[in-house]
Amino acid sequence: MTILTEKTLTRSALSHLDWLESEAIHILREVAGQCANPVLLFSGGKDSICLLRLAEKAFRPGRFPFPLMHIDTGHNYPEVIDFRDRRAAELGERLIVRSVEDSMARGTVVLKSADESRNKHQSVTLLEAIEEFGFDACIGGARRDEEKARAKERIFSFRDGFGQWDPKNQRPELWDLYNARSFKGENIRVFPISNWTEFDVWRYIEREGLELPSIYFAHRRPVVRKSGGLLPVTPVTPAGKDDVIENLMVRFRTVGDISCTAPVESDADTLAKIIAETAATTITERGATRLDDQTSDASMEQRKKEGYF
Amino acid sequence: MSAIERLPTIDHGLLRFLTCGSVDDGKSTLIGRLLYDTKAILVDTLSAIERTSKKRGLDAIDLSLLTDGLQAEREQGITIDVAYRYFNTGTRKYIIADAPGHEQYTRNMVTAASTADLAVILIDARKGVLTQTRRHSYLAQLVNIPHLVVAINKMDLVDYAQDRFDAIVADYLDFAVQLVGAEKAKSVRFIPISALNGDMVVERGERLDWYDGPTLLDLLEAAPPAHIDHNEAFRFPVQYVCRPQDSANPALHDYRGFMGRVESGHIAVGDAVTVLPSGRQSRIRAIEVFGSPLDTADAEQSVTLLLDDEIDISRGDMIVKTGEQPPVVRQIEAMLCWLSESPLDPRRKYLIRHTTRDTKAMLEGIDERVDVNTLERLPAERLEMNDIARVRFKLAQPLFPDPYVKNRSTGAFIVIDEASNNTVGAGMIL
Repeated sequence: MTILTEKTLTRSALSHLDWLESEAIHILREVAGQCANPVLLFSGGKDSICLLRLAEKAFRPGRFPFPLMHIDTGHNYPEVIDFRDRRAAELGERLIVRSVEDSMARGTVVLKSADESRNKHQSVTLLEAIEEFGFDACIGGARRDEEKARAKERIFSFRDGFGQWDPKNQRPELWDLYNARSFKGENIRVFPISNWTEFDVWRYIEREGLELPSIYFAHRRPVVRKSGGLLPVTPVTPAGKDDVIENLMVRFRTVGDISCTAPVESDADTLAKIIAETAATTITERGATRLDDQTSDASMEQRKKEGYF
Repeated sequence: MSAIERLPTIDHGLLRFLTCGSVDDGKSTLIGRLLYDTKAILVDTLSAIERTSKKRGLDAIDLSLLTDGLQAEREQGITIDVAYRYFNTGTRKYIIADAPGHEQYTRNMVTAASTADLAVILIDARKGVLTQTRRHSYLAQLVNIPHLVVAINKMDLVDYAQDRFDAIVADYLDFAVQLVGAEKAKSVRFIPISALNGDMVVERGERLDWYDGPTLLDLLEAAPPAHIDHNEAFRFPVQYVCRPQDSANPALHDYRGFMGRVESGHIAVGDAVTVLPSGRQSRIRAIEVFGSPLDTADAEQSVTLLLDDEIDISRGDMIVKTGEQPPVVRQIEAMLCWLSESPLDPRRKYLIRHTTRDTKAMLEGIDERVDVNTLERLPAERLEMNDIARVRFKLAQPLFPDPYVKNRSTGAFIVIDEASNNTVGAGMIL
């Protein structure tokens, strides 16, 4: 029996990044071992870029035992879409793209107004794609540090036939014994980097030398200052009549639908500078950059219950 | 003392710990204090809880709001589930499993404890050792958490009095000796703290001069990682078999990689291994990760193993070192914690998942139930949610377990109800 004192430590354990990496590989292999028809959600964003490297570490020299899929709102930055297609091609893996615009054409997504954000409507398109392909598991890059609804979500998270997450009725998750079982029409969402923080993601990208879409690095972009944040001026989000457009050095900390992803002022044009900035940062990732989470304290919880990943 | 100034020096890896206590013990305040004093809280979060604190008419920031839960929980005034929180000190990353203190307590605590390397048990200095303290300690011991720290909180409400602290320590030790024996009781650490004022959590503060031991964070920083024992047996449950059979690459035609994570022990190229359940023997030809060869692999590393001989191996098999084989069994005895609202039905078949292996199982008998409040052993016919019992299962397929006290990975299993697919039980093999 070791008696714990302030000096007790240790031999050197796995570094914390090695531990997180190993845990994520273990999770991905459990998906492959337990699920008949999984899919990995790849948006071209930094978290799912990490997932692709983890999948390479988990399955090479074999092919991935799942295709990649992106739910495209039609309102993404072109740099990110180019990157998405190129990365999938480099890996030689199959990329499925399903579009919110197709759901709109089908009439299954109805916007309240033409300029309503399509972000939350991704849930509908995702559920349609799950049904179309019969996926029994969707691997996503969500992290528990992002938001308090996520902090309580399982690594293997059960969704019913409507894609709903029921926080009061989650399967207990013990040790590393994951339960990915589901009946037809139900679905398991799997989050291999649940235990990573934003800082871990950046450190991992640096360590692995992963390429990112250019908009993660500081660049000059027309923006409007709005309620403490920056709003990019784009065809999707044009400036209002009275808005003052500024050309600022900015970067994106998170990348998603244009209508709800805002850049932050920064001159960090290298990974090292981004990491230094992240270490010193004083605002949470979602607080700084997600326009959709500020409306209500519980908005992520609400979206997840409706099938958002 | 900011996290940034201390970056990056050494990496002591990751420590997972669990905080046990109810709302009244100041558990949320303690977690808030750890996050706040290690600078894990960023301004927007802080200003949000500042606003809420003011709204509720408080003078100071209520750190317990940092762990405030979901809308569904606030509406019902309860805590639903285990939440995971993160901070890092520049030398180590921490994952806190925060289990709620009342509803479904056993189920939540066992869940949170299953992955913890250390437990912090909170005692209210005004109240001393309570029934729930005994329950937390029993569960921590049952789930075999390696290190136990008893934090005697709210010292500010007993004038930081040393005699109060000493009396609680003596009380707790009386109980701990009964629970785990004198030898193991000696390894329990006690710290007087005030989570509210921050004394002896991260900073020493100035009000506990009579205490010259480590702060809570000092102990967290020093706690050894899991698998520090070099004599652990090598256990490698196979998760997935890689057979690329890539016609464009003849070198891969015969490639058979056995993918998994080293659950315990150590393996090197050239080591003699035995595959279970077949008992076939071979040697390690190569250890790989993503094309890079390794000479050795240690506990917790996810790797791919290649063998000298062509042996038929599939998911659910286990690769072990020859001479260190676990028994191959068709019956197990275990401590079982029941997690489901539907009681354990002795007439039904359940699925047991042990490492990467599944087998159908039937209950042979319930030997005794443990009352977690009194620690009494009682006879039982059936098990309800939150019950803990010593049971026997008969297995349709063999398993290769180690006793849970020796190996938390290969000694643990979950029970799945095939009718609902729910995880309904958590077992620890005796």
